[in-house]
Amino acid sequence: MTDLLTLAATTATGLPLGITEGGAWLLRNAWLIPALPALSFVGILFFGKRMPRGGSELGIALVGIAFVLSLLTAAAWIDHRDNFEGEEVHRAVAVAEGHGDASGEHADEGHAPGHPSLAVHNTITWFELNDVTFTVGTLVDGPAVMMLVVVTLVSLLVHVYSTEYVAGDRRYTHFFAFLSLFSASMLLLVVSENTLQLLVSWELVGVCSFVLIGHWWEEKPNSDAALKAFLTNRVGDMGLIVGVTILFFTVGSALPGQFGSFSIAETNALAGAGRLSHTALLVASCCLMAAVMSKSGQFLLHTWLPDAMAGPTPVSALIHAATMVVAGVFMIARMYGVFFEGFSIGGSSINLMALIGGITTLIGACLAFVQRDIKKVLAYSTISQLGYMVMALGVGAWTAALFHLFTHAFFKACLFLGSGSAAHAVHSFDMKSDMGGLRKAMPHTYRTFVIGSIALAGLPPLAGFWSKDEILVGTGGWGLFGGTGGNGAYTFMLIMGVITAALTAAYMTRCIYLTFFGEFRGHGNPHESGPRIIVPLWILAGLAIVAGLLNLPKGFPLVPESLQERFGHFVEPVAAYFPGISHGTPSWSLAIASTLVVLSGIGLAGWYYFIKVEAASKAAGRSLTELPDGLTTRYPLAKMGHTFLVQKYYLDHLYTDIIAGGTKGPVAAAAYKVDQDVIDGAVNAVGENAVKAGNLVYHRFDQPVVDGLVNASGRASSGAGWELRRIQTGKVQDYAAILFAAAMVLAGILIVIV
Amino acid sequence: MLLNQFLLLAAALFAIGVYGVLARRNGVLVLMSIELILNSVNINLVAFSAVSATVGGEIFALFIIAVAAAEVGVGLAMVLLLYRNRRSIDLTEIDQLRG
Repeated sequence: MTDLLTLAATTATGLPLGITEGGAWLLRNAWLIPALPALSFVGILFFGKRMPRGGSELGIALVGIAFVLSLLTAAAWIDHRDNFEGEEVHRAVAVAEGHGDASGEHADEGHAPGHPSLAVHNTITWFELNDVTFTVGTLVDGPAVMMLVVVTLVSLLVHVYSTEYVAGDRRYTHFFAFLSLFSASMLLLVVSENTLQLLVSWELVGVCSFVLIGHWWEEKPNSDAALKAFLTNRVGDMGLIVGVTILFFTVGSALPGQFGSFSIAETNALAGAGRLSHTALLVASCCLMAAVMSKSGQFLLHTWLPDAMAGPTPVSALIHAATMVVAGVFMIARMYGVFFEGFSIGGSSINLMALIGGITTLIGACLAFVQRDIKKVLAYSTISQLGYMVMALGVGAWTAALFHLFTHAFFKACLFLGSGSAAHAVHSFDMKSDMGGLRKAMPHTYRTFVIGSIALAGLPPLAGFWSKDEILVGTGGWGLFGGTGGNGAYTFMLIMGVITAALTAAYMTRCIYLTFFGEFRGHGNPHESGPRIIVPLWILAGLAIVAGLLNLPKGFPLVPESLQERFGHFVEPVAAYFPGISHGTPSWSLAIASTLVVLSGIGLAGWYYFIKVEAASKAAGRSLTELPDGLTTRYPLAKMGHTFLVQKYYLDHLYTDIIAGGTKGPVAAAAYKVDQDVIDGAVNAVGENAVKAGNLVYHRFDQPVVDGLVNASGRASSGAGWELRRIQTGKVQDYAAILFAAAMVLAGILIVIV
Repeated sequence: MLLNQFLLLAAALFAIGVYGVLARRNGVLVLMSIELILNSVNINLVAFSAVSATVGGEIFALFIIAVAAAEVGVGLAMVLLLYRNRRSIDLTEIDQLRG
């Protein structure tokens, strides 16, 4: 395949793919980064039990090396992005009817003219089947490098944190082995060069998620949650398999002399050049969207994610907040050429992806209000924020979505690890009955949790503010706030985003009050966790403060221009495999308005909890968690709304009782009715007539003629049976001997005859 | 011709496997002998496929490997249950189906 590609490149015809085979050594050998944790998995599995610290030291060491390598790769990429002058790979394509020049089609209207960012592509042949070559390899570009750094960093911190959190666990070694396998699979996913490799690693992270959710499988709810996560993900995985298959054949139709192709760069470049059928792309995008809905917890298939909190907290932080659940978001970002064309993202005002993301972000935020379990608050918050990212991708704000992914990984991991630290101290996750007043006992956890919450709520200048604001800007020109640019007028998405911002601020205020303020409601004396928990918390909290500054908007007055939009510059590809998206112009009025909305959310929830509930607690003489005469007790409508939320919109009932139960009930009833009325009636009628006919035959024919014959044959077979009985020894080897003997006789006959 | 050596190896393996199936009394060893027979077939398939430069035989061999894995899974489960019930895996003792 390399020969073909370079051949095409030298003739300089065909479609440019935006990739290169050259580049720095580190960029070409990015496979090392997933290989290290994979090595650690094997090492821990075989030798972990014999190591002094149960294998955790091996995991930390190798993931640490992978993190350093990722940083070096990122540095190499920053150099490569602006200075690489190598040759771009071109691909010969079939002559298309009715299309213009192949290379002119993907006009980079949205990109600022500048140095293109050629992704570094390196493959080896896995196997060949007639004409089709299956390859494995790496495609290293901005988003991949960003994910490498995020995954290895969060993974490293979670490894360190876990050494204290699961200390003394009976499957300590096993836990670290699977943390390593998860890191390896996730890193493999982000550097995947083709969709088949993506699919394999996608399934691998799913398996690791299953194993780690069910880490304490002795308790039934945990193994149930693991199964639910796995089965829900299977639903979406079918979508991924179908979508990848459709793309394989669709791409094949545009390449001369090729059956199909899994290559991500080719697929995106052809889709971007308008060489692929729009219908096929739309169907493929819808199928891939199903995969995103399950893996990234989008509305309708999100129900597994809150249950997945049954796993150990470090797992929740690593897998179900910071990395694995963003695999869906990353997959959209990876296949953006396909989605951009398939859903016609540029220049519409609503599409499936933006709608699913918008609904998810709202319903997730609403559900976070009624949870008692601190991890479930964060789980629904994660669903809501993932919805934000998918919505951003749906409106064409690609960079904003990836930037939110980047910042969210830090502050959400910080929040999860913080909740784990608090729960570790009080031995429970229930905020209402076992927490409260922890700020005095656990000052570090309290401070980092508040920093994470503010970053999540999106107050300047913390990380969440910048990325959330960029998404809102990306929804496109809403005249009121003076925003311009963007890919269309997604006004509806802007409204959903703003409402979610207010809800997020409010539920995090509630969560902080219930956990850290008031009086302690649990048992025992909670005390601060040890350094292996505190240090990762502070590192993540520090990143939650500063990560947002990486992508200061263009025209931001206080810093020089060379420090603006650094994240966008290095992460967003300017290459043929990436569609030409246009960027919104940041506006001060929108930023101020969204900050005011967040402040009002905090203010409202703060007024309720810090003033009303606090006063009621004083009056009652004990620490309350809600007003005794609140809205839900006074107004039946509010009560109904509350119950609706507590029941999670009845989606679980819908799935288990109505869909699963509903199909098996009516189907059985209908089958019974058909059985009774139709089949039985026919059988009875036939039976009555048959009795009459039978009587006739019996006396004239059966008794004299047939019986005579039957008795004779019966006697004969009975005799033969007695004789043959002797070879039925019941011993399996005797039968085998007869079988082989017969086969030899038949083979002999064959030789003689032929 | 190299093919003959492969066929002789396969025939030898097959014969050893048949001997094992017929003569061994231990259930696990019988299962292992069945694996030998299946693998002798695999060798034949791959050898012929290599000589005729097609992939059909190799694909068949892959299927056989998969089926053999399933077969040995079921077989070992049966041997295990047999052992639990009778404390023995001697195949000659199991003749409840005797006529």
